[in-house]
Amino acid sequence: MKDIFWLIPFGPAISALVLVLFGHRLSRKVVSIQACAAVFFSFAVSVVSCLGLINANRADFPLIKHLFSWISAGSLKAGFSLQFDPLSAVMVLVVTGVGFLIHVYSIGYMSRDKGYARYFACLNLFTFAMLLLVLASNMILMFVGWEGVGLCSYLLIGFWFEKPAAAAAGKKAFIVNRIGDAGFILGVLFIVLVVGNSEFMAINEAIGNGGLARGTATGIAILLFIGAAGKSAQIPLYVWLPDAMEGPTPVSALIHAATMVTAGVYMVARMNLLYAFSGTAGQIVAVVGAVTAVYAATMALTQNDIKRVLAYSTISQLGYMFLGCGVGAYAAGIFHLYTHAFFKSLLFLAAGSVIHSLSGEQDMRKMGGLKKYLPRTYPAFLIGAIAIAGVPFLSGFYSKDAILTQAFAQGHYVLWALGLGAAVLTAFYMFRLIFLTFYGEERLDPEAKRHLHESPRIMTLPLAILAFFSITAGYVGLPAVLGEKADVFKRFLNPVIRPVSGGHLASGTEWLLILLSTTAALLGIVLAYALYLKNKRIPHAFVARFPGLYKLLYNKYYVDEIYDAVVVNPLVRCSEGIYGGFDLKVIDGSLDGSASAAALAGKILAYFQTGLLKDYALVFLLGVVIFMGVLLF
Amino acid sequence: MIPSNYFFILSIILFVLGIIAFFVKRDLIGQLMGIEIMLNAANLAFLALAKASNFPEAQAIVLFVIVVAAAEAAVGLAIILLIFRRKKTIKTEDIRSMKG
Repeated sequence: MKDIFWLIPFGPAISALVLVLFGHRLSRKVVSIQACAAVFFSFAVSVVSCLGLINANRADFPLIKHLFSWISAGSLKAGFSLQFDPLSAVMVLVVTGVGFLIHVYSIGYMSRDKGYARYFACLNLFTFAMLLLVLASNMILMFVGWEGVGLCSYLLIGFWFEKPAAAAAGKKAFIVNRIGDAGFILGVLFIVLVVGNSEFMAINEAIGNGGLARGTATGIAILLFIGAAGKSAQIPLYVWLPDAMEGPTPVSALIHAATMVTAGVYMVARMNLLYAFSGTAGQIVAVVGAVTAVYAATMALTQNDIKRVLAYSTISQLGYMFLGCGVGAYAAGIFHLYTHAFFKSLLFLAAGSVIHSLSGEQDMRKMGGLKKYLPRTYPAFLIGAIAIAGVPFLSGFYSKDAILTQAFAQGHYVLWALGLGAAVLTAFYMFRLIFLTFYGEERLDPEAKRHLHESPRIMTLPLAILAFFSITAGYVGLPAVLGEKADVFKRFLNPVIRPVSGGHLASGTEWLLILLSTTAALLGIVLAYALYLKNKRIPHAFVARFPGLYKLLYNKYYVDEIYDAVVVNPLVRCSEGIYGGFDLKVIDGSLDGSASAAALAGKILAYFQTGLLKDYALVFLLGVVIFMGVLLF
Repeated sequence: MIPSNYFFILSIILFVLGIIAFFVKRDLIGQLMGIEIMLNAANLAFLALAKASNFPEAQAIVLFVIVVAAAEAAVGLAIILLIFRRKKTIKTEDIRSMKG
């Protein structure tokens, strides 16, 4: 029973294969049942394996199942082998658990879409790739999953490819991810070069016995982090994630909030020995994470699209996770990943429910007062918002507090302050969203209002389950101040993640920090209440007072424009120059030239083809005569 | 006994006549007849050879040539018939669809 974990990825894989090949012939009912059952199978196996892991002897860690040798080229060897340890277990449970709920939700959300089977095929394929990513026992197999989730992300962002914006967003996500992946590949290759093996065990061993110089380790760690920044939407490669909201909302919930974008965090946590050994790389991760957390939160303040607010919020929360990993609190980073998966997918699914009930409207300026129309969606949304804001007793509070406390304890006071600022902003923009959507006067389109309806049970049931976990998921990782044994989560991860040395705070300090982060959350909520519900003139006055700042935030710091001007347009112009100067003239010219030479030769030779029988016969006779002449004389 | 040289000379005369007929005639049937004459000239040469150099197997070759020539004539005539049906003419200068 200990070994059955290797079955986890294959349920969705087989289902995806069947759906790709025969999906268009199966009825919607069969497609939905099969797709959900495949993920539920993985979830069930994950739970069983995870229970086995809790009871297992720690000396056995990690469990490794070698399925077959995949690559064997000189010194480069990679097996198709899976590894199961507490870190993989957490990821697998999140991916299959949240993934299953989102699959179920999708049945309702996509019920009228004509690409139904294609959608579920992509979703299953994604689940497979993500499971491969988190279960791989070496960097190269992990890279397969890494690219697989990128591909599925591309396919699902561009799912409604007839919409030009969706097609462009898919392309953008893919290309931006490629930039990060270039760094990731280089990092993997350097590891293979230096360590001679890409198995995580071997890498950790090499770090342990000094087989890796500190400078090399830093270089590799930074290269890998470039990949993580691409996949997990950190500065400077975050630009694809807001655009990725063009995809269906359950996809945003699964891929662009709960699972795929956390792959970078998982990778950093998986390589925690490397980052801890390097030191410098860990600090870079922490700084990038903290800056991203604040930076993305400020952009979320002015967005009017309900999904874009959530997208920037995701970037900001991913920044938190990297902050946690960077300061050495890998367990806290993974803990935030785990709670975030619940409340962020809850928020996305609830937003999807709002969008669904308004016949596709995403602009919050055309919402308002929806509380009484959506009696099941509203409480779910509210719970998600409270959880992400970091109000005590809900899951988001515990994980965010764990990160901030660790940042403070490790002496990174500036980063801690940035994190605290981001917490205020988070609470503020989330409640701005709540107040604009569910409270205040109705600003609905008359047409949308006529069709206004609460979403079906199949969509609200997953919301209820996720809401339950958004509240309770945090109780496995209580603050250290409540006792050494309170943080079950951290102790569970201990075999994989080396606990950081030092960083113990006096309990008074810790209580103070908890109080501060609670205050930050409440401050944000109160501010949002004051500005968007109580006295609605203030935001307008603010905009009138600081038009420059507002425009800067509203236009997302003009980063897209800057990237266009600095990177994209020069590249496009360069390509166009090459196209016009080299492609059209040299390559096409030489091809056209050889073609016209052949045509000319044909034209000349055609003069001999008179079509007259006698001419041919004459030439034939002449030939025979010459031949005879040569033969005889 | 006629010397076999005479047969060779007759065969050459017939062959040249066939060539002339082929180039002078303007219809396909005439040209086909020219070809037949050339074939028979060749046959005559074979027979003369068989007699002159005491090589009787050459006579068997002649039999084969006659058989194949019969088939060739049948196919040739059939083609000419079809061409006539389609083009309403068998004059070679009118049939120039192979012009490049």
